[in-house]
Amino acid sequence: MTRYVIPLGIFVVLVAFLAIGLGRDPRKVPSPLVDKPAPDFRLTQLHDPSRTFSAAEMRGKVWLLNVWASWCVSCREEHPLFLQLARSGEVPIYGLNYKDRREDALRWLQQFRDPYILSVADTEGRVGIDYGVYAVPETFLIDRDGFIRFKHIGPVTPAVMTDTILPLVRELSR
Amino acid sequence: MKRVGLAVILVYAASFGVLAQEARPMAEDPELEKRLMKLSQELRCLVCQNETLADSQAGLAVDLRREIREQMKAGKSDQEIIAFLTQRYGEFVLYRPPLKPATYLLWFGPFLLLLVGLAVLYRYVKQRRGLISDQPLSADERRRAQELLRSKPGKEVT
Repeated sequence: MTRYVIPLGIFVVLVAFLAIGLGRDPRKVPSPLVDKPAPDFRLTQLHDPSRTFSAAEMRGKVWLLNVWASWCVSCREEHPLFLQLARSGEVPIYGLNYKDRREDALRWLQQFRDPYILSVADTEGRVGIDYGVYAVPETFLIDRDGFIRFKHIGPVTPAVMTDTILPLVRELSR
Repeated sequence: MKRVGLAVILVYAASFGVLAQEARPMAEDPELEKRLMKLSQELRCLVCQNETLADSQAGLAVDLRREIREQMKAGKSDQEIIAFLTQRYGEFVLYRPPLKPATYLLWFGPFLLLLVGLAVLYRYVKQRRGLISDQPLSADERRRAQELLRSKPGKEVT
């Protein structure tokens, strides 16, 4: 009996490991920044380069920071969700325009419409490094105390929006 | 033959172009570039996860090399730079993960498997030794064996 049970057991364990391991997205690396203070930055605004914006100005507010770029194809995928969220007014969305050219970025916003309160230009990608950005788009949810509470890598899907981001926004805004 | 010669020249020319491109920053401060290469060979590029930061041509890798170069120029130690990167990207960037309770299985797992394998092997060999007994052939068996050995090849003996 054990002659059959032991190989079968090993097989089942192996299949379980493979199912878990292969089902995961290797591009999704857990961020060490979750539950840590959001790195501060001061960058020029995309629409008005004479003005700057700093993350510190958002103290006391729950907000979303969405990293986007005009060259980023999957940003278009999630864009309608942000437009919808902006219309609902549930949480302010700020954009971090990552390694982009100003004219391209402005044209992109004109073409696809602008869900952001404002976007800042991270032309050299330095703020991106501070936020551990490696796959645009990325989305950070930051609480009133300036702590990152959630990070999503890649385009936000409707499921992530309704099941994770929105409930968390409501909980943090309470 | 002519074509082969042309190909050799082209490959040579192409590699020369690559060398020329790589050599530019070296001229600036060869010591620092050497240190940068050494450190970035220990670090993983997050965009193309199986490449080191030293090899990758991804935009982020270029930016991170610039960042490391600047920090080196500012007099930061390798440890400080590694801490800077792990704070932002996690320990995933390290090709050599640190030894700590969460990584014990990673470091010692293979040895654990080796021990389990040795234990299984030991048990198996011991069990087999119990099964094997020294039994000389009986007179009848010996006679049959000799018959078999004597029989002509290709002929079936029953």
